[in-house]
Amino acid sequence: MFGSRQTESRSSYADLIIGVAILALISLAIAWATHKPHGISGTGAISLSYAKLPLDAAYSWSRMAIAYLISLAFTMVYAYSAAYNPRAEKILIPLLDILQSVPILSFLPVVLLAFINLFPGSHLGVNLASIVLIFTGQVWNMVFALYNGLITIPRDLRETALSLQLTPWQRFRTLELPFAMGGLVWNSMMSWAGGWFFLMAAEMFSLGHHQYQLQGLGSYLQTAANQGRWGKEFLGLASLVAVIVVMDQLIWRPLLAWSDKFKMEMVEGEAQFHSVVLVVLRRSRLIEWAQTALLLPMVEAIDHFFGIGIPRWRRQSRWLTSAAGLVRTLVTAGIIFALFTALEGGIRLAASLNLHTLLVICLATGATLLRVLVSLAISVAWTVPVGVWIGLNPRFAKSLTPISQIAASVPATALFPGLVALLFVLGGGLMLASVLLMVLGTQWYILFNVIAGASAIPEDLKEAARMFGLKGSHIWRTLILPAIFPYLITGLITAGGGAWNASIVAEYVSFRGHIYTTFGVGGLIAHDSNSGHFAALLVATSILSLTVVVINRMVWRPLYRQATERYSLS
Amino acid sequence: MTIHRGTTSEPLVKLLGVTKMYSQPDNYDILVLDDINLTIERGQFVALLGPSGSGKSTLLRIITGLSEPSYGSVLYRGRPVTGPNPHASMVFQSFALYPWLTVQQNVELGLTAKGVPLAARHEKALRLIDLIGLNGYEDAFPKELSGGMRQRVGFARALAVDPELLCMDEPFSALDFLTAENLRSELLDLWVDSKIPLQAILMVTHGIEEAVYMADRIVILSKNPARVAEDLTIALPYPRNRKSPDFVHLVDQVYKIVTDTDEDHKPVSISSPAGSPQKPEESERARLDPIPYGHLSMLSGLLELVSDRGGRDDLYHLGSELLLEVDDLLPVTDTAELFHLARVSEGDLILTEQGKVFAEVDVAERKAIIRKELLDIPLFRLIGRVLESKTNHAMVRDFFIDILEEHFSQDQAERQLMLAINWGRFADLFHYDTDTELLYLAEDQLPEAEATLLGQGQADS
Repeated sequence: MFGSRQTESRSSYADLIIGVAILALISLAIAWATHKPHGISGTGAISLSYAKLPLDAAYSWSRMAIAYLISLAFTMVYAYSAAYNPRAEKILIPLLDILQSVPILSFLPVVLLAFINLFPGSHLGVNLASIVLIFTGQVWNMVFALYNGLITIPRDLRETALSLQLTPWQRFRTLELPFAMGGLVWNSMMSWAGGWFFLMAAEMFSLGHHQYQLQGLGSYLQTAANQGRWGKEFLGLASLVAVIVVMDQLIWRPLLAWSDKFKMEMVEGEAQFHSVVLVVLRRSRLIEWAQTALLLPMVEAIDHFFGIGIPRWRRQSRWLTSAAGLVRTLVTAGIIFALFTALEGGIRLAASLNLHTLLVICLATGATLLRVLVSLAISVAWTVPVGVWIGLNPRFAKSLTPISQIAASVPATALFPGLVALLFVLGGGLMLASVLLMVLGTQWYILFNVIAGASAIPEDLKEAARMFGLKGSHIWRTLILPAIFPYLITGLITAGGGAWNASIVAEYVSFRGHIYTTFGVGGLIAHDSNSGHFAALLVATSILSLTVVVINRMVWRPLYRQATERYSLS
Repeated sequence: MTIHRGTTSEPLVKLLGVTKMYSQPDNYDILVLDDINLTIERGQFVALLGPSGSGKSTLLRIITGLSEPSYGSVLYRGRPVTGPNPHASMVFQSFALYPWLTVQQNVELGLTAKGVPLAARHEKALRLIDLIGLNGYEDAFPKELSGGMRQRVGFARALAVDPELLCMDEPFSALDFLTAENLRSELLDLWVDSKIPLQAILMVTHGIEEAVYMADRIVILSKNPARVAEDLTIALPYPRNRKSPDFVHLVDQVYKIVTDTDEDHKPVSISSPAGSPQKPEESERARLDPIPYGHLSMLSGLLELVSDRGGRDDLYHLGSELLLEVDDLLPVTDTAELFHLARVSEGDLILTEQGKVFAEVDVAERKAIIRKELLDIPLFRLIGRVLESKTNHAMVRDFFIDILEEHFSQDQAERQLMLAINWGRFADLFHYDTDTELLYLAEDQLPEAEATLLGQGQADS
């Protein structure tokens, strides 16, 4: 990503085109959504019965699972095209970079409108909208992980595959997928965690004068908080944590431990992850039988199919090329049509805009930026000392890490309704609450990175510092801060993205029938979408996205490069 | 040796004017291989010998069809090679095993690709694992094996597909001495006794002894760009004895050829080539020759050693004594020649008068000598000129990289400048700030000060 100078100069040009294209697509969606009459609202009230909690959890989980499967499929196609088609790479990679840094939550209303209009009067549209939202929140880092894996495969391994005449399918099965597996599993886990964040927000929201609700844990938590039923709220949170912990133990931990074998290292290192579940699975007779009797013949059959079937098919190349040509023509035509419609919609929207609105949006972006900075500062202020302390004391690290991981796994959006209710009860406006909410969403990224950085300080450097009698602030300045700097920057980049996203839910809160807002672009976006000011919504969203992209390019990326070059310990 | 493999008039591999260029973004192409013509007959064990960076690995990849020549063609049994050659297989320096596959799965990889049924695949893989002496390790993962065992798997994997041509890219250089020796003789046994149905072996190496020990033909490549400099037949009978006078004599002879080849392509073109006076900008560009990648500390050590031995020593002896391959030694001797401290002739390193002085004096005076020599090298003249003419006497690194990239590949340009900065810092010619990426002159390095300082240095010595 942070590649050589040439790719950078190329990408800034591509960025422009892509930015425009994205804007066009959004305004297309808005144009289309506003053309049609509004569909019927969602739904009845959410039941707070305890008995329904498992069902709620199952609903929420299924939405996540479907979104994840779509993400996985999309990841394969996108990463493959980007890695193997140089022409596609020029477009897809800058696009990926932008999409990664755009705050997804601001698209919530747009996406919703489009889907509700697609399936008027049914739950399907709302469900699809929440799934699409989760998908857009979790897919990008998975794509990046696979793409990065594909392009970093060592030349020797690739040449082995070529010289042994592996078919493309076999290459994928034995080389490409295994090589990228570690990154893919890790990022899937991250994506799933990010997915909870969006799901909680997407299950219950108001749009215009309509209230849309989906049966699930997110809506359960919001309803309970709205009604001030703390027992229910707590139980809802507990079931969410339970689902997350079970997922972690039954799926992610075994997967991580399993993916250890795909590491490229050639020395037997200490295994990083242990999973009892995986050990049980590996020893199970049933699984062994399934492997030899089902999996192996299946792989053989697929090998055979792709080895024999594909080349024969490819021989009729004239037919294939003409089909590809047809597809290409259709796609081009579709793009031109979409751009045209989007442009028309955009002009229509722009006509209803004035300078005053623009000014307000810019000021609001500034206000939110300030809030993001304050929340980052608060997070850094407490996580750096604590993280360094944990990292330098491995004994505590062992026992504290699982606890903090569980704490971090609870999506901030799940805590928002309860926290907002609590803050209003205790007094103190949304001004304060919104910053607190942002901190809640960002601190963990920083904490974990700081812990990782501090525990990676080599023993000899620590000993040298001790020998020279370095103390207090001196040891911080010469050893600790430089050593954790790259990790801190990595954490801040992720945390910054999280804070921008959180601003949309944190600056505009509906509680007990009242709407509380504070001045900021997130609040503005939420307000515009609720009141149907789509022109302002589009402009606010694009200014917000632009701000995030610019900050990433101008601040984080140079800092990151400096961190990896100057302060890297390897 | 007797040729016991199928003899037909047609050669196994024929290279016709193979040329490889790497195109640069700014249209300056780097020539790597220049008009290589080569024929490999059935029954031959050919070693491709050349200094590092001579493009021998590139040539190997072109022969196996992994890479395409820019011009010229490769014929395999008379047919042009257009993709990875199914009759050739590769053994890599890095072993290139798939770490997530077991030994057996790795060996079966090529068979899977051929669509060999499961049972036959297992049987064949087990037989090969037996042959290379790894029975019992079928279910082990590569990371559980030692380096030598890993390369055995590499051989088994390459041999499993019954190749006619075995291509090896420095197969023993990542192994320790004893392991490598063991594996070499085992491979030779398999080859000489025809236990494997191979038609020919092609091995890329920079080890002269290794080539003389194993091959019956050595093709020596020159550097920048690679051409065939010499094609030798090694007629010693197998098994070869490294101690025998014939062997030692042959190694010495090859050593001389390799060092002389290096000599011919040394950066000497300070003057513009004759016959192109009408193109001054062309000759200006031709002047930036690569500086050799010699470590200055190694240079000092080597010169002191040779000076203690009377100012002249045999390079082959020096190399084997210091456990250095000719590849590691040549950049250092190149540097010594560039600084006029020594010259190489007939495989010997001979100190010049300046070299003898250099070996005797202390660090400060050594720095003065190198500074004087650096000022004669075009790259350093260029850097000096730029820094002196700027009012703030500073210039960003990328400026010089851009200039260098018109003469070298991107990687090479970076390496050249890094080396230049290193030498410049050593000789106190200019400073470099890593954070700002600026090359700059300090107060005492300014032109006027430079002159007086130099004068003092000469007065001192």
